[in-house]
Amino acid sequence: MTGASIRLDSVQFSYGSTQMSFNLSVESSDIVAVMGPSGSGKSTLLNLVAGFERPASGSVMIAGRDVSALPPAQRPVSMVFQENNLFAHLTVAQNVGLGRSPSLRLDAADHSDIDRALERTGLAGKQARLPAQLSGGERQRVALARVLVRSQPVLLLDEPFASLGPALRREMLELVRALHAEHGMTVLMVTHHPDDAHALAHRIAFIEEGRVSACADTATMFSENAPESFKAYIGN
Amino acid sequence: MIDRRILAGSIGLAAVALLIGGAFAGLAAEAFHDFGRTLGAIDAYLLRVVRFTVWQAALSTALSVIPALFVARALARHPSFPGRGLILKLFALPLALPAIVAALGILALLGRAGLVSDLMTTLTGSRWQGIYGLSGILIAHVFFNLPLATRLFLQALDTVPSDQWRLGAQLGMGQRASFRFIEWPVLRTALPGVAGLVFMLCITSFTIVLTLGGGPRATTLEVAIYQALRFDFDPARAVTLTVLQIALTAAIVFMLIRLGANMAGDANLSVSPRRPVASGPVERVFSAILIVSALLFVAGPMAAIIVSGLQADLVRLASDPAVHAATLTSLVLALGAAVLSIALSLSLVMARRTLELHRHRNAAPSLLEQLFDTGAGFVLVIPPIVLGAGWFVLMRNTGLVFVVAPLMVVTVNAVMAMPFAIRAIRPAYDAASARHERLAASLGISGINRLRLIDWPVLRRPLFMAMAFAMALSLGDLGVIALFGSDSVQTLPYLLLARMGSYRTADAAGLALFLGIICLLLMTFVDRTGNRT
Repeated sequence: MTGASIRLDSVQFSYGSTQMSFNLSVESSDIVAVMGPSGSGKSTLLNLVAGFERPASGSVMIAGRDVSALPPAQRPVSMVFQENNLFAHLTVAQNVGLGRSPSLRLDAADHSDIDRALERTGLAGKQARLPAQLSGGERQRVALARVLVRSQPVLLLDEPFASLGPALRREMLELVRALHAEHGMTVLMVTHHPDDAHALAHRIAFIEEGRVSACADTATMFSENAPESFKAYIGN
Repeated sequence: MIDRRILAGSIGLAAVALLIGGAFAGLAAEAFHDFGRTLGAIDAYLLRVVRFTVWQAALSTALSVIPALFVARALARHPSFPGRGLILKLFALPLALPAIVAALGILALLGRAGLVSDLMTTLTGSRWQGIYGLSGILIAHVFFNLPLATRLFLQALDTVPSDQWRLGAQLGMGQRASFRFIEWPVLRTALPGVAGLVFMLCITSFTIVLTLGGGPRATTLEVAIYQALRFDFDPARAVTLTVLQIALTAAIVFMLIRLGANMAGDANLSVSPRRPVASGPVERVFSAILIVSALLFVAGPMAAIIVSGLQADLVRLASDPAVHAATLTSLVLALGAAVLSIALSLSLVMARRTLELHRHRNAAPSLLEQLFDTGAGFVLVIPPIVLGAGWFVLMRNTGLVFVVAPLMVVTVNAVMAMPFAIRAIRPAYDAASARHERLAASLGISGINRLRLIDWPVLRRPLFMAMAFAMALSLGDLGVIALFGSDSVQTLPYLLLARMGSYRTADAAGLALFLGIICLLLMTFVDRTGNRT
């Protein structure tokens, strides 16, 4: 898998009384942290890219192709949520296998891919476990293993590590960074933690009141030259 | 010194125990008095009645629950189906409708002279005989329970996290995959509880079987108890039937508790969850057909009640002294039952909370506290007709059977409504107590002052809600009055049954419309009040 560019061109969307309008351009294989206050529209931005929400107007382009009208399954995108990434009644291997076939019709090659993905995410030997038998961190690893077998060029992370402790979170960020180094997918990651952005992101997109108010490389955003509102948001 | 609240609760509990105990005493005395005849009542006919009771309940459950799975799924997959909110509201109505009114609606639609009888005659090619017997019972039970089961399943589907629907959409799950991985697991979890609840409702169904069942071939235990007492005057047989009925319901309640079923049967549904699902045109058409069929099935009898009720000579009915008397009797008895019900419930709630306050934080609740807590729940096991039958047998030699009729209706209906009343009152009382208990104690506010100044403002709403529910339940109940009713004490359902029995169908239809409207108004009030708290 390699990356794909993402482009949002004056994407209009209304959520309750909030009018949102997004413009954003992300290069192929980039890692962008999406930051901003609660309710500013970070998750909506990801949902628009994934296809869970449809824009009222404007276009969402992935790899130069307009995907605005495509249903989620036909977009070259994988997404990891903060929780509920796994079906509680399916084993780890089945949960990962769903990424290959949504009806779980898997052949030998699929099974070996699944085993490899689980091994890569540190879950070797846990194929037959049920999600309830895993820790929070392990459950998110399963979700990442599924991302690997799907091998889509765009990865969307919606605060996937927010409910993990600091050490585990660093570990998971490290894993995402390693997976990115191997596969080069484009990553959009919603986070509240400046540390996450520091550790992983090349660029930071700052969202305020339904708009991308700033987008610059991480170093700039954490320097004196950052926009005032962003400095106020991270509390420096 | 014993706390007055505990005293009140103990009196309440004793009253409930007296009602249940008296019924059992009557049954036991009769059984011992004539043990041979009681045993002798177990004959081929009785076994046939037991078999039919279980068989009709099993069929009704299957016919209600299996279609409900698919209707609920269709409604879940199409959150913006036109009129979805209205359909869900309509699906809550059958539960609020007295069984006798529903039975009349079904007869008005599908009976021998029903609204569609000409159509059915043309379709089948022979004179339409109307639905009676097993088919009538099944249609009535499905009318009540299909919408109930649909709402409960939909509630289960609402618990699926939206992330999982989104995940399913992203992974490209089709119809079968999303059913298998997303919908079926939650439906399967809800299935035993819902099926158990429906089975329970069908096995204790009295009015439907009485009005739609046809003769000895379609009789259930409850109706056989009624016939043994009112027509054959055979108390020994009634006792045997009653014991069988209690054993049957106790076994089912035990199973339900093991399954952790929600005995309340109320569902809070989100009107329009955002739920991206892949749905092709075939699925959309199929779902629409499914939803519309269920809608017609539920709306048909209700429309028939209105149409046939309006065809009745309402002016003459309105000036009929028997109707006036029955309306007055019904309202007085229902009000009595409602007041008694909330008084008993409130006394148990207060006593339970008081005991909870007095014990050490981690100590286990005492037996008395547990009784205050769940004591009223036992009435769920004992159908009202059984309570009535016990007292009927006990009183039959005193010559007072028809004199105590009003008292029996009031007390039995009051106790029947208690589980609901307690559920409405207890959270409000406990919350208020948690906030005010110490303050009230430090200011020395207790007794009637406390009730008036501190508890009344928070309890007013749940109390009215419980009262309206108990009134609706009592107004529509035919179980106890069928046993104890007479020409001198008639309620609206009893009068309705009498008019049906004497083939004054138009009168019955007019009364059904009247009774249905009163009960629906009361239940709407309950619903509104419940949603605001």
